[in-house]
Amino acid sequence: MSPVQLFLEYSIVGIASGGIYALIALGIIVIYKSSRTFNFAMGEMMMLSAYFFYAAAVTFALGPVLGVIVALICSIVIALVIERVAIRPMLGRPFISVVMVTFGVGSIIRGVVGMVWGPSDLQIPAILSRSPVMLGDIFVPGKTARGFAIAVVIVVALIAYLRYSRAGVALRATAASAITAYSMGINVRNVIAFAWVIAAVTGCISGILMANINSLTPHLGLVALNVLAVVILGGMGSISGVLVAGFIIGWLEAITGLFLPTGFREITPYILALIILLVRPNGLFGSKEVERI
Amino acid sequence: MTTMTSRMSEAQIQPARDASRWILTAVLMALLVILPFVAPGYWIYFAGLLGINIIAAQGLNIMMGYTGLLSLGHAAFVGVGAYTVALLQTHFDLPFWIALPLAGVAAAVIGVGFGLPSLRIRGLYLVIATLAAQFILQFTFVNWQWLTNGDVGLPVRPAALFGFAFNNETRIYYLILAVMILLMIFANNVIRSRAGRAFVAIRERDLTAQVLGVEIVRYKLLAFALGSFYAGIAGGLLAYFNQYVNPEQFGLLLSVFFLSAVIVGGMGTILGAILGSIFMTLLPEVLRELSLLAGATLGYDLGPILTPLREAIFGVLIVGFLLLEPRGLAQLWRRVSSAISRSRT
Amino acid sequence: MGGNNGLGRTSAPVPQYACMAGVTMLQVDDIHLSFGGVNALSGVSVHAEKGKITSVIGPNGAGKTSLFNVISGFYTPQSGKVVLDGQEISRLKPHSRAYRGMSRTFQNIALFHGMTVLDNIKLGAHTNLKSGIISAGLRLPSARREEVELDKTIQRDIVGLLELDHVKHKHVEDLAYGLQKRVELARALVMRPKILLLDEPVAGMNREEKREMSRFILGVKKDWNSTVLLIEHDMAMVMGISDHVVVLSFGKPIASGTPDEVRSDPAVIKAYLGTADEPVQNAA
Repeated sequence: MSPVQLFLEYSIVGIASGGIYALIALGIIVIYKSSRTFNFAMGEMMMLSAYFFYAAAVTFALGPVLGVIVALICSIVIALVIERVAIRPMLGRPFISVVMVTFGVGSIIRGVVGMVWGPSDLQIPAILSRSPVMLGDIFVPGKTARGFAIAVVIVVALIAYLRYSRAGVALRATAASAITAYSMGINVRNVIAFAWVIAAVTGCISGILMANINSLTPHLGLVALNVLAVVILGGMGSISGVLVAGFIIGWLEAITGLFLPTGFREITPYILALIILLVRPNGLFGSKEVERI
Repeated sequence: MTTMTSRMSEAQIQPARDASRWILTAVLMALLVILPFVAPGYWIYFAGLLGINIIAAQGLNIMMGYTGLLSLGHAAFVGVGAYTVALLQTHFDLPFWIALPLAGVAAAVIGVGFGLPSLRIRGLYLVIATLAAQFILQFTFVNWQWLTNGDVGLPVRPAALFGFAFNNETRIYYLILAVMILLMIFANNVIRSRAGRAFVAIRERDLTAQVLGVEIVRYKLLAFALGSFYAGIAGGLLAYFNQYVNPEQFGLLLSVFFLSAVIVGGMGTILGAILGSIFMTLLPEVLRELSLLAGATLGYDLGPILTPLREAIFGVLIVGFLLLEPRGLAQLWRRVSSAISRSRT
Repeated sequence: MGGNNGLGRTSAPVPQYACMAGVTMLQVDDIHLSFGGVNALSGVSVHAEKGKITSVIGPNGAGKTSLFNVISGFYTPQSGKVVLDGQEISRLKPHSRAYRGMSRTFQNIALFHGMTVLDNIKLGAHTNLKSGIISAGLRLPSARREEVELDKTIQRDIVGLLELDHVKHKHVEDLAYGLQKRVELARALVMRPKILLLDEPVAGMNREEKREMSRFILGVKKDWNSTVLLIEHDMAMVMGISDHVVVLSFGKPIASGTPDEVRSDPAVIKAYLGTADEPVQNAA
């Protein structure tokens, strides 16, 4: 295989796995838009959902379809509990404190999952076919390709929903100005809770897909920290921006795998983050804010 | 009139309060010094570990508690200190009194290297940079084989001063105690100085601080360097204490540990970082004892879930204290001691 | 209470500028500032004379606070310059302007919570001190002496003058609103600024507190011969204490002169839509 073709193949596989990262990024940005909260527990929400799926589909033998539904419902309930118990009382506090709270929530979930399911890998029922997909001469692993397809469908559906539904309009109004939205009669608290529900959905789907492609461990969610890092630096301004960031991470990880030993994959996003910080101190699309004193 | 009376009562209370504080400090010091003669060996080991944790947590407290610079990579800077000591000893055979300060300096330099680009701006960028430091440094410890010896790690010989080796629990305990006390006094002095006031000013209102002439970037850098220096010293002591270093010790969980210690103790007080470290260092031991108890009485072995349980409890403490008592144990302590002094009069 | 306001203090090294009246301390020339096409200031000039109180007034949105933020260095104007004591400072960052002798208070009190009154005031002296973290951490004699000197200076010059002795060890968040404003004034004064910028010093105060604040500002001027530039809503207060008044409306200067000249200026009366009667009565 020629180097060009190899590069192309790795790029396509990378972008395909980036679909899941885009889904995670969507969950992160929706919460950010609703309340300027950076959710450092996104990865753990994702990982927990995959365990819910495992419990429903395997432990209670409900099968994959019911398993996904049960996992979705449980994830949404957990997200609402987190929002109500840990996030809502922190609104108005310094954003650093809120970050620490979400970080603490992540720690709780990791610990609880470790206690309940243990540290070892679990095998979950395959919902994605292994048979490879050929794009011309380029070979894309079956799970990655199908995971990408599902992720893209969900992302497009959610974006359409956010664009055209009343809830989506309320979310955008709140993102523009929470105070104006409030004075126009929008229930900002409900909007924030709604954002957590959306994040729960994206987390749940991405968690199950990720567990299908790799395997199910309590560390499954660490990847969301990478996404968060790059998304923050990419600028939290636009939804399309963070989706692109997700794909870039996937591509970058694959390309790193082509040139460097596999271990480097874990730190590539952080090296990218540091480079962005050096070159564009205000983030890729960030602008210097004018503030009132 | 009111001014007069309040001034008078203040004048009367002040010397009494100072005297009781001196007595308390003297008693505490005496206890710390005689501890190895009265307590079992395991306690001494434990007290040494606690001293190291207090130093590291105080460093994070200077950054996070006083200056508002959240770091998720503190454990990695502790690791830099530990590896610095191990490498300087292995390759250059440097004595501890040179290697230990250099461990602090190395952590400060590397910390500032990671922090510099993001310290120039506000917002979450520093959090990302420190998270990057956590993962990249740990990756380096594991993968820079020829330097760090990978997962296996490096052996460290005990610290020695003029032929006197700190080679058992008691001896290293005294060394740690001395370093800790010096660093606590140093931190306390800095905090009550021009620099310390500038730190708090930046945390509270950075724009106003600028108007008063505080160079924001300079003081953020100073706080970050000083906090990382403390982390490096703690790491260096840890290397001598364990007599080995390996990458596993400096993972994200340890960063969360220090974060919890500072939050639980009370951000932005010297006492808070100390109380928080005591609490957080005792906690796993209490859990371990409880699990032994549970194993003996209920026939249920909690052993395998201890690590995740610890992780969950760290999280509960972080969230719980931030929600319910953001000023931490230090505030509870103040309330209790003022209640006691009130009941005495 | 009025007896111990420290005006009779003799030991402080007060610079005597009184004979040099007429010298411009702060000169703000032809400032143009716009945000994304919206003009906040167009051609504003203000001169603050040494030892005098100069006030900038104007209706809401007239650009008063924008002007202060230009002078402090938070906003960079499209054109115009700021000159302090003969030196152009237009390009300097806010903290460098503090080192050149500029200090200010804020419309919404900007004290540091979790600190005592004394520590807040000490922060105001940041530019006068030198000690770094090493000398402070080791409590070297130089650092210790500096801190002791600062304590003495504050006690002698500030605490008495502004009547803060009874609250100096309290935490600022425990103080009443008027007292907090006074602490902010103390913090701005302790560096002995060449120019003191006061951003609505009596906003949100009751009559008693307003009268007290006016007395303190006049006391500072008289005792220290300070140069003051203030922006304020409260016409009675401005007319009562100012030597010179500049009126802004929609980012443009529409009048300037002594309080009496400004009060009778038709443009000013028009800008205030008849409310210009009010200050006349109040000031009387």
